[in-house]
Amino acid sequence: MRLFVTQFRRDLLVAVRSRSDAANPLAFFVLATVLLGLGAGAQLAPGVIWVLALFANVLAVEGVFRRDHDDGTLEQLLIHAQPLFPAVMGKLAAHWALSGLPVAVLSPVAAIMLTGTANGVGVLVLSLCIGTPALTLLGAIGSALIVATGRGGLLVAILVLPFYVPVLIFGASASTAAMLGEPVAFQLLALAALLAASLTAAPFAVGKALAISQEY
Amino acid sequence: MCRLGYLDTIDAESAFGVYCKPRDRLRDEPVPYGPVVHGRANLVEDDLLVAENVRCTVGDRVLFDELSLSLRPGDLVEIRGSNGSGKSTLLRCLVGLHEPDAGDIHRNVDSLYVGHRPGICGRMTPIESLRWLAGITNSNADTAFIGVALDRVGLDEARHDVCDSLSAGQQRRVALARLLVSAAPLWILDEPLTALDDDGRDLVGELLTQHRAIGGAAVCATHQTLPTAPGGTRTVTLGS
Repeated sequence: MRLFVTQFRRDLLVAVRSRSDAANPLAFFVLATVLLGLGAGAQLAPGVIWVLALFANVLAVEGVFRRDHDDGTLEQLLIHAQPLFPAVMGKLAAHWALSGLPVAVLSPVAAIMLTGTANGVGVLVLSLCIGTPALTLLGAIGSALIVATGRGGLLVAILVLPFYVPVLIFGASASTAAMLGEPVAFQLLALAALLAASLTAAPFAVGKALAISQEY
Repeated sequence: MCRLGYLDTIDAESAFGVYCKPRDRLRDEPVPYGPVVHGRANLVEDDLLVAENVRCTVGDRVLFDELSLSLRPGDLVEIRGSNGSGKSTLLRCLVGLHEPDAGDIHRNVDSLYVGHRPGICGRMTPIESLRWLAGITNSNADTAFIGVALDRVGLDEARHDVCDSLSAGQQRRVALARLLVSAAPLWILDEPLTALDDDGRDLVGELLTQHRAIGGAAVCATHQTLPTAPGGTRTVTLGS
Protein backbone atom coordinates (compact mmCIF):
# COMPACT_ATOMS: atom_id res chain seq x y z
CA MET A 1 0.00 0.00 0.00
CA ARG A 2 2.85 2.33 0.86
CA LEU A 3 4.41 1.65 -2.52
CA PHE A 4 1.09 2.34 -4.24
CA VAL A 5 0.64 5.67 -2.46
CA THR A 6 4.27 6.74 -2.96
CA GLN A 7 4.17 6.02 -6.66
CA PHE A 8 0.67 7.46 -7.15
CA ARG A 9 1.59 10.78 -5.54
CA ARG A 10 4.90 10.98 -7.35
CA ASP A 11 3.33 10.40 -10.76
CA LEU A 12 0.54 12.90 -10.13
CA LEU A 13 3.16 15.47 -9.18
CA VAL A 14 5.24 14.82 -12.29
CA ALA A 15 2.13 14.94 -14.51
CA VAL A 16 1.01 18.22 -12.99
CA ARG A 17 4.51 19.65 -13.53
CA SER A 18 4.46 18.62 -17.20
CA ARG A 19 0.96 19.82 -17.99
CA SER A 20 1.36 20.13 -21.74
CA ASP A 21 2.27 16.45 -22.10
CA ALA A 22 -0.52 15.34 -19.82
CA ALA A 23 -3.14 17.49 -21.55
CA ASN A 24 -2.38 16.27 -25.10
CA PRO A 25 -4.72 13.26 -25.18
CA LEU A 26 -7.49 15.23 -23.55
CA ALA A 27 -7.03 18.03 -26.08
CA PHE A 28 -7.29 15.41 -28.82
CA PHE A 29 -10.58 14.16 -27.38
CA VAL A 30 -12.05 17.65 -27.13
CA LEU A 31 -10.87 18.75 -30.59
CA ALA A 32 -12.04 15.55 -32.27
CA THR A 33 -15.44 15.91 -30.58
CA VAL A 34 -15.82 19.51 -31.71
CA LEU A 35 -14.72 18.75 -35.28
CA LEU A 36 -16.96 15.71 -35.56
CA GLY A 37 -19.83 17.74 -34.17
CA LEU A 38 -19.21 20.44 -36.75
CA GLY A 39 -18.66 18.02 -39.61
CA ALA A 40 -21.26 15.36 -39.00
CA GLY A 41 -23.84 17.19 -36.95
CA ALA A 42 -25.63 15.80 -33.92
CA GLN A 43 -26.63 12.45 -35.44
CA LEU A 44 -23.79 10.06 -34.60
CA ALA A 45 -23.97 6.88 -32.55
CA PRO A 46 -22.58 6.99 -28.99
CA GLY A 47 -20.05 4.38 -30.07
CA VAL A 48 -18.14 7.24 -31.72
CA ILE A 49 -17.41 8.67 -28.28
CA TRP A 50 -16.02 5.29 -27.28
CA VAL A 51 -13.75 5.26 -30.34
CA LEU A 52 -12.50 8.75 -29.50
CA ALA A 53 -11.91 7.72 -25.88
CA LEU A 54 -9.97 4.71 -27.11
CA PHE A 55 -7.74 6.79 -29.37
CA ALA A 56 -7.14 9.31 -26.60
CA ASN A 57 -6.15 6.37 -24.41
CA VAL A 58 -3.65 4.97 -26.93
CA LEU A 59 -2.12 8.42 -27.30
CA ALA A 60 -1.74 8.77 -23.55
CA VAL A 61 -0.62 5.29 -22.57
CA GLU A 62 2.05 5.20 -25.25
CA GLY A 63 4.30 7.46 -23.20
CA VAL A 64 3.49 6.25 -19.71
CA PHE A 65 6.96 4.79 -19.08
CA ARG A 66 9.02 6.82 -21.56
CA ARG A 67 10.18 9.64 -19.31
CA ASP A 68 10.93 7.27 -16.43
CA HIS A 69 12.99 5.06 -18.68
CA ASP A 70 14.97 8.00 -20.07
CA ASP A 71 15.89 9.48 -16.70
CA GLY A 72 16.64 6.16 -14.99
CA THR A 73 13.86 6.27 -12.41
CA LEU A 74 12.31 3.21 -14.04
CA GLU A 75 15.37 1.07 -13.34
CA GLN A 76 15.42 2.32 -9.76
CA LEU A 77 11.77 1.32 -9.41
CA LEU A 78 12.51 -2.14 -10.80
CA ILE A 79 15.46 -2.61 -8.44
CA HIS A 80 13.85 -1.35 -5.27
CA ALA A 81 10.08 -1.74 -5.46
CA GLN A 82 9.46 -5.14 -3.90
CA PRO A 83 6.87 -6.26 -4.84
CA LEU A 84 6.50 -4.40 -8.09
CA PHE A 85 2.73 -4.94 -8.37
CA PRO A 86 1.56 -2.06 -6.11
CA ALA A 87 4.07 0.35 -7.62
CA VAL A 88 2.88 -0.44 -11.15
CA MET A 89 -0.72 -0.09 -9.98
CA GLY A 90 0.04 3.28 -8.41
CA LYS A 91 1.67 4.47 -11.58
CA LEU A 92 -1.20 3.37 -13.79
CA ALA A 93 -3.81 4.71 -11.37
CA ALA A 94 -2.21 8.14 -11.50
CA HIS A 95 -2.02 7.88 -15.26
CA TRP A 96 -5.71 6.94 -15.56
CA ALA A 97 -6.78 9.70 -13.17
CA LEU A 98 -5.34 12.23 -15.62
CA SER A 99 -6.30 10.58 -18.91
CA GLY A 100 -9.28 8.18 -18.65
CA LEU A 101 -11.16 9.93 -15.88
CA PRO A 102 -11.29 13.39 -17.54
CA VAL A 103 -12.53 11.75 -20.74
CA ALA A 104 -15.33 10.04 -18.78
CA VAL A 105 -16.17 13.34 -17.09
CA LEU A 106 -16.32 15.22 -20.40
CA SER A 107 -18.23 12.49 -22.22
CA PRO A 108 -21.76 13.83 -21.41
CA VAL A 109 -20.91 17.06 -23.23
CA ALA A 110 -19.49 15.04 -26.13
CA ALA A 111 -22.62 12.85 -26.15
CA ILE A 112 -24.95 15.81 -26.42
CA MET A 113 -22.81 17.39 -29.16
CA LEU A 114 -22.51 14.23 -31.24
CA THR A 115 -25.73 12.29 -30.65
CA GLY A 116 -28.06 15.18 -30.02
CA THR A 117 -29.69 13.52 -27.04
CA ALA A 118 -28.94 13.15 -23.35
CA ASN A 119 -30.58 9.72 -23.17
CA GLY A 120 -28.39 7.12 -21.55
CA VAL A 121 -25.61 9.56 -20.74
CA GLY A 122 -25.31 8.07 -17.27
CA VAL A 123 -24.59 4.63 -18.71
CA LEU A 124 -22.06 6.13 -21.13
CA VAL A 125 -20.15 7.72 -18.24
CA LEU A 126 -20.37 4.53 -16.21
CA SER A 127 -19.18 2.38 -19.12
CA LEU A 128 -16.23 4.72 -19.69
CA CYS A 129 -15.39 4.66 -15.98
CA ILE A 130 -15.28 0.85 -16.09
CA GLY A 131 -13.78 0.51 -19.55
CA THR A 132 -11.00 3.10 -19.69
CA PRO A 133 -9.04 1.68 -16.70
CA ALA A 134 -9.04 -1.67 -18.52
CA LEU A 135 -7.76 0.10 -21.64
CA THR A 136 -5.00 1.81 -19.64
CA LEU A 137 -3.93 -1.48 -18.03
CA LEU A 138 -3.86 -3.35 -21.34
CA GLY A 139 -2.16 -0.51 -23.17
CA ALA A 140 0.53 -0.30 -20.49
CA ILE A 141 1.66 -3.82 -21.40
CA GLY A 142 2.38 -2.74 -24.97
CA SER A 143 3.95 0.48 -23.78
CA ALA A 144 6.23 -1.39 -21.35
CA LEU A 145 7.34 -3.82 -24.06
CA ILE A 146 8.58 -1.13 -26.40
CA VAL A 147 9.80 1.48 -23.92
CA ALA A 148 13.49 0.70 -24.48
CA THR A 149 13.23 0.69 -28.27
CA GLY A 150 12.61 4.43 -28.31
CA ARG A 151 9.79 3.97 -30.78
CA GLY A 152 6.19 4.63 -30.02
CA GLY A 153 3.02 5.96 -31.48
CA LEU A 154 1.64 3.56 -34.02
CA LEU A 155 3.65 0.58 -32.76
CA VAL A 156 1.86 0.59 -29.40
CA ALA A 157 -1.46 0.98 -31.18
CA ILE A 158 -0.77 -2.04 -33.40
CA LEU A 159 0.32 -4.11 -30.39
CA VAL A 160 -2.60 -3.34 -28.12
CA LEU A 161 -5.56 -2.60 -30.40
CA PRO A 162 -6.54 -6.28 -30.64
CA PHE A 163 -6.86 -6.33 -26.85
CA TYR A 164 -8.84 -3.11 -26.92
CA VAL A 165 -11.49 -4.54 -29.26
CA PRO A 166 -13.59 -6.47 -26.68
CA VAL A 167 -13.65 -3.44 -24.38
CA LEU A 168 -14.70 -1.23 -27.28
CA ILE A 169 -17.44 -3.62 -28.38
CA PHE A 170 -19.03 -3.93 -24.96
CA GLY A 171 -18.59 -0.24 -24.15
CA ALA A 172 -20.07 0.98 -27.41
CA SER A 173 -22.85 -1.59 -27.22
CA ALA A 174 -23.75 -0.53 -23.66
CA SER A 175 -23.94 3.15 -24.53
CA THR A 176 -25.95 2.52 -27.72
CA ALA A 177 -28.41 0.30 -25.87
CA ALA A 178 -28.78 2.87 -23.12
CA MET A 179 -29.55 5.61 -25.64
CA LEU A 180 -32.29 3.42 -27.12
CA GLY A 181 -33.62 2.57 -23.68
CA GLU A 182 -32.71 -1.12 -23.86
CA PRO A 183 -31.28 -3.13 -20.97
CA VAL A 184 -27.53 -2.70 -20.47
CA ALA A 185 -26.73 -4.97 -17.52
CA PHE A 186 -25.04 -7.65 -19.63
CA GLN A 187 -22.68 -5.27 -21.42
CA LEU A 188 -21.73 -3.48 -18.20
CA LEU A 189 -21.09 -6.76 -16.42
CA ALA A 190 -18.94 -7.95 -19.32
CA LEU A 191 -16.98 -4.69 -19.13
CA ALA A 192 -16.55 -5.17 -15.39
CA ALA A 193 -15.29 -8.69 -15.99
CA LEU A 194 -12.75 -7.39 -18.50
CA LEU A 195 -11.64 -4.79 -15.96
CA ALA A 196 -11.30 -7.40 -13.21
CA ALA A 197 -9.24 -9.63 -15.49
CA SER A 198 -6.92 -6.82 -16.53
CA LEU A 199 -6.60 -5.51 -12.96
CA THR A 200 -5.31 -8.84 -11.76
CA ALA A 201 -3.19 -9.89 -14.73
CA ALA A 202 -1.96 -6.74 -16.46
CA PRO A 203 0.29 -5.34 -13.67
CA PHE A 204 2.23 -8.62 -13.61
CA ALA A 205 2.57 -8.56 -17.36
CA VAL A 206 3.67 -4.92 -17.22
CA GLY A 207 6.29 -5.74 -14.57
CA LYS A 208 7.63 -8.62 -16.64
CA ALA A 209 7.67 -6.52 -19.80
CA LEU A 210 9.53 -3.74 -17.99
CA ALA A 211 12.11 -6.21 -16.68
CA ILE A 212 12.64 -7.50 -20.22
CA SER A 213 12.96 -3.94 -21.50
CA GLN A 214 15.94 -3.38 -19.20
CA GLU A 215 17.95 -6.19 -20.81
CA TYR A 216 20.18 -4.75 -23.44
CA MET B 1 21.02 10.32 18.80
CA CYS B 2 21.16 13.37 16.63
CA ARG B 3 20.63 12.31 13.06
CA LEU B 4 22.89 15.06 11.79
CA GLY B 5 25.89 13.01 12.80
CA TYR B 6 24.57 9.87 11.16
CA LEU B 7 27.64 8.99 9.18
CA ASP B 8 30.19 9.74 11.83
CA THR B 9 28.61 8.20 14.84
CA ILE B 10 26.37 5.38 13.74
CA ASP B 11 27.67 1.92 14.43
CA ALA B 12 27.59 -0.70 11.79
CA GLU B 13 25.37 -3.19 13.53
CA SER B 14 22.51 -0.81 14.06
CA ALA B 15 22.84 0.60 10.60
CA PHE B 16 22.67 -2.66 8.75
CA GLY B 17 20.99 -5.00 11.15
CA VAL B 18 22.05 -8.58 11.02
CA TYR B 19 23.35 -8.54 7.47
CA CYS B 20 26.66 -6.88 7.99
CA LYS B 21 28.98 -7.98 10.71
CA PRO B 22 32.25 -6.22 10.05
CA ARG B 23 35.02 -8.65 10.65
CA ASP B 24 38.25 -7.94 12.38
CA ARG B 25 40.07 -8.60 9.20
CA LEU B 26 43.27 -6.85 8.24
CA ARG B 27 42.39 -4.93 5.15
CA ASP B 28 45.91 -5.12 3.77
CA GLU B 29 46.26 -8.86 3.79
CA PRO B 30 46.03 -10.25 0.29
CA VAL B 31 42.45 -11.08 -0.48
CA PRO B 32 42.10 -14.43 -2.14
CA TYR B 33 40.66 -13.52 -5.46
CA GLY B 34 41.09 -15.12 -8.79
CA PRO B 35 39.03 -14.64 -11.88
CA VAL B 36 37.99 -18.25 -11.71
CA VAL B 37 36.90 -19.81 -8.45
CA HIS B 38 35.48 -23.18 -9.31
CA GLY B 39 33.46 -25.29 -6.99
CA ARG B 40 32.81 -22.79 -4.25
CA ALA B 41 31.59 -24.92 -1.41
CA ASN B 42 28.86 -22.72 -0.01
CA LEU B 43 28.05 -19.18 0.88
CA VAL B 44 29.89 -17.57 3.68
CA GLU B 45 27.12 -16.14 5.77
CA ASP B 46 28.34 -12.58 5.77
CA ASP B 47 29.08 -12.29 2.09
CA LEU B 48 27.01 -9.39 0.85
CA LEU B 49 27.03 -10.59 -2.71
CA VAL B 50 28.42 -13.63 -4.43
CA ALA B 51 28.71 -14.00 -8.17
CA GLU B 52 29.79 -17.38 -9.47
CA ASN B 53 31.04 -18.16 -12.96
CA VAL B 54 29.04 -15.40 -14.59
CA ARG B 55 29.04 -15.13 -18.35
CA CYS B 56 27.60 -12.39 -20.50
CA THR B 57 27.53 -12.13 -24.26
CA VAL B 58 26.48 -9.52 -26.75
CA GLY B 59 25.51 -11.25 -29.95
CA ASP B 60 28.40 -13.64 -30.60
CA ARG B 61 30.93 -11.69 -28.59
CA VAL B 62 31.67 -12.91 -25.07
CA LEU B 63 32.04 -9.94 -22.74
CA PHE B 64 33.25 -11.99 -19.81
CA ASP B 65 33.10 -15.62 -18.83
CA GLU B 66 33.59 -17.56 -15.61
CA LEU B 67 33.78 -14.37 -13.62
CA SER B 68 33.44 -14.92 -9.91
CA LEU B 69 33.33 -12.29 -7.26
CA SER B 70 32.38 -12.07 -3.64
CA LEU B 71 31.96 -9.02 -1.50
CA ARG B 72 32.30 -8.78 2.23
CA PRO B 73 31.79 -5.83 4.54
CA GLY B 74 34.48 -3.24 3.90
CA ASP B 75 35.32 -4.42 0.39
CA LEU B 76 35.78 -2.13 -2.57
CA VAL B 77 36.01 -3.68 -6.00
CA GLU B 78 37.00 -1.58 -8.97
CA ILE B 79 35.85 -2.79 -12.35
CA ARG B 80 38.15 -1.61 -15.09
CA GLY B 81 38.26 -2.15 -18.80
CA SER B 82 38.09 -0.31 -22.08
CA ASN B 83 34.89 1.14 -23.50
CA GLY B 84 32.56 -1.62 -24.51
CA SER B 85 34.29 -4.26 -22.40
CA GLY B 86 31.15 -4.95 -20.39
CA LYS B 87 31.61 -2.98 -17.17
CA SER B 88 28.10 -1.59 -17.15
CA THR B 89 26.64 -4.94 -18.15
CA LEU B 90 28.43 -6.61 -15.25
CA LEU B 91 27.08 -4.04 -12.81
CA ARG B 92 23.57 -4.39 -14.20
CA CYS B 93 23.91 -8.14 -13.69
CA LEU B 94 25.04 -7.65 -10.11
CA VAL B 95 22.06 -5.47 -9.30
CA GLY B 96 19.57 -7.70 -11.10
CA LEU B 97 18.61 -5.57 -14.08
CA HIS B 98 20.29 -7.89 -16.54
CA GLU B 99 20.09 -11.66 -16.56
CA PRO B 100 23.55 -13.19 -17.17
CA ASP B 101 23.81 -15.88 -19.83
CA ALA B 102 25.30 -18.29 -17.34
CA GLY B 103 26.27 -18.36 -13.67
CA ASP B 104 24.61 -17.45 -10.40
CA ILE B 105 24.43 -14.21 -8.53
CA HIS B 106 23.32 -14.28 -4.91
CA ARG B 107 22.32 -10.96 -3.47
CA ASN B 108 22.09 -11.23 0.29
CA VAL B 109 21.47 -7.59 1.09
CA ASP B 110 19.78 -4.55 -0.40
CA SER B 111 21.88 -2.77 -2.93
CA LEU B 112 21.95 0.73 -4.23
CA TYR B 113 22.62 1.28 -7.91
CA VAL B 114 23.75 4.53 -9.48
CA GLY B 115 23.96 4.02 -13.20
CA HIS B 116 24.63 6.20 -16.20
CA ARG B 117 21.12 7.55 -15.97
CA PRO B 118 20.91 9.38 -12.68
CA GLY B 119 17.53 8.03 -11.54
CA ILE B 120 16.39 11.57 -10.87
CA CYS B 121 13.24 12.89 -12.54
CA GLY B 122 13.80 16.25 -14.22
CA ARG B 123 10.37 17.54 -13.18
CA MET B 124 10.94 16.97 -9.48
CA THR B 125 13.12 18.85 -7.05
CA PRO B 126 16.08 17.06 -5.42
CA ILE B 127 14.11 16.76 -2.18
CA GLU B 128 11.09 15.24 -3.91
CA SER B 129 13.26 12.83 -5.88
CA LEU B 130 15.02 11.60 -2.78
CA ARG B 131 11.77 11.32 -0.84
CA TRP B 132 10.33 9.16 -3.59
CA LEU B 133 13.42 6.96 -3.57
CA ALA B 134 13.25 6.68 0.19
CA GLY B 135 9.58 5.73 -0.19
CA ILE B 136 10.19 2.87 -2.59
CA THR B 137 13.25 1.57 -0.74
CA ASN B 138 11.50 1.51 2.63
CA SER B 139 14.16 3.83 3.96
CA ASN B 140 12.97 5.92 6.86
CA ALA B 141 14.82 9.06 5.79
CA ASP B 142 12.61 12.10 6.40
CA THR B 143 12.73 15.51 4.79
CA ALA B 144 15.09 16.95 7.42
CA PHE B 145 17.54 14.12 6.93
CA ILE B 146 17.37 14.48 3.15
CA GLY B 147 18.07 18.19 3.59
CA VAL B 148 21.21 17.36 5.54
CA ALA B 149 22.29 14.92 2.84
CA LEU B 150 21.78 17.59 0.16
CA ASP B 151 23.82 20.06 2.23
CA ARG B 152 26.60 17.54 2.42
CA VAL B 153 26.77 17.13 -1.35
CA GLY B 154 26.73 20.89 -1.83
CA LEU B 155 23.17 21.38 -3.08
CA ASP B 156 21.75 23.46 -0.24
CA GLU B 157 20.92 26.33 -2.62
CA ALA B 158 19.33 24.19 -5.32
CA ARG B 159 17.21 21.88 -3.27
CA HIS B 160 13.90 23.44 -4.30
CA ASP B 161 14.71 23.83 -8.00
CA VAL B 162 13.45 21.19 -10.39
CA CYS B 163 16.27 18.93 -11.53
CA ASP B 164 15.84 19.94 -15.19
CA SER B 165 17.21 23.36 -14.26
CA LEU B 166 20.34 21.93 -12.62
CA SER B 167 23.65 21.37 -14.40
CA ALA B 168 24.92 17.88 -15.25
CA GLY B 169 27.33 17.97 -12.32
CA GLN B 170 24.62 19.11 -9.94
CA GLN B 171 22.33 16.31 -11.09
CA ARG B 172 25.19 13.92 -10.46
CA ARG B 173 25.43 15.35 -6.95
CA VAL B 174 21.74 14.64 -6.39
CA ALA B 175 22.54 11.04 -7.28
CA LEU B 176 25.41 11.15 -4.76
CA ALA B 177 22.99 12.32 -2.08
CA ARG B 178 21.23 9.00 -2.61
CA LEU B 179 24.33 7.32 -1.19
CA LEU B 180 23.78 9.23 2.04
CA VAL B 181 20.04 8.69 2.24
CA SER B 182 20.08 4.99 1.46
CA ALA B 183 20.68 2.37 4.13
CA ALA B 184 21.75 -0.26 1.60
CA PRO B 185 24.98 -2.03 2.63
CA LEU B 186 26.04 -2.63 -0.97
CA TRP B 187 26.73 0.18 -3.42
CA ILE B 188 26.98 -0.52 -7.12
CA LEU B 189 28.29 2.58 -8.86
CA ASP B 190 28.74 3.00 -12.57
CA GLU B 191 31.36 5.67 -13.22
CA PRO B 192 30.57 7.71 -10.11
CA LEU B 193 33.12 10.39 -11.01
CA THR B 194 31.53 11.42 -14.32
CA ALA B 195 30.74 15.14 -14.61
CA LEU B 196 32.00 15.90 -11.10
CA ASP B 197 34.53 18.61 -10.23
CA ASP B 198 37.59 17.95 -8.03
CA ASP B 199 35.59 18.73 -4.93
CA GLY B 200 32.95 16.21 -6.00
CA ARG B 201 35.58 13.54 -6.60
CA ASP B 202 36.95 14.01 -3.11
CA LEU B 203 33.40 13.74 -1.80
CA VAL B 204 32.93 10.37 -3.55
CA GLY B 205 36.18 9.21 -1.96
CA GLU B 206 35.04 10.32 1.49
CA LEU B 207 31.66 8.66 1.12
CA LEU B 208 33.25 5.41 0.00
CA THR B 209 35.72 5.46 2.88
CA GLN B 210 32.99 6.09 5.44
CA HIS B 211 30.73 3.49 3.89
CA ARG B 212 33.44 0.85 4.12
CA ALA B 213 34.36 1.88 7.63
CA ILE B 214 30.85 1.12 8.85
CA GLY B 215 30.75 -2.25 7.15
CA GLY B 216 29.41 -1.49 3.71
CA ALA B 217 30.89 -2.65 0.44
CA ALA B 218 31.01 -1.15 -3.02
CA VAL B 219 31.59 -2.10 -6.62
CA CYS B 220 32.67 0.75 -8.88
CA ALA B 221 33.18 0.77 -12.61
CA THR B 222 35.59 3.57 -13.36
CA HIS B 223 38.24 4.80 -15.77
CA GLN B 224 39.76 7.14 -13.22
CA THR B 225 41.57 6.52 -9.99
CA LEU B 226 39.10 6.51 -7.15
CA PRO B 227 40.13 9.05 -4.53
CA THR B 228 40.08 6.58 -1.69
CA ALA B 229 42.49 4.76 0.55
CA PRO B 230 44.02 1.87 -1.41
CA GLY B 231 43.83 -0.73 1.37
CA GLY B 232 41.53 -3.61 0.59
CA THR B 233 40.73 -2.46 -2.89
CA ARG B 234 40.54 -5.16 -5.52
CA THR B 235 40.50 -4.62 -9.21
CA VAL B 236 38.73 -6.68 -11.81
CA THR B 237 39.86 -5.93 -15.34
CA LEU B 238 37.51 -6.93 -18.10
CA GLY B 239 38.41 -7.65 -21.68
CA SER B 240 41.94 -8.81 -20.93
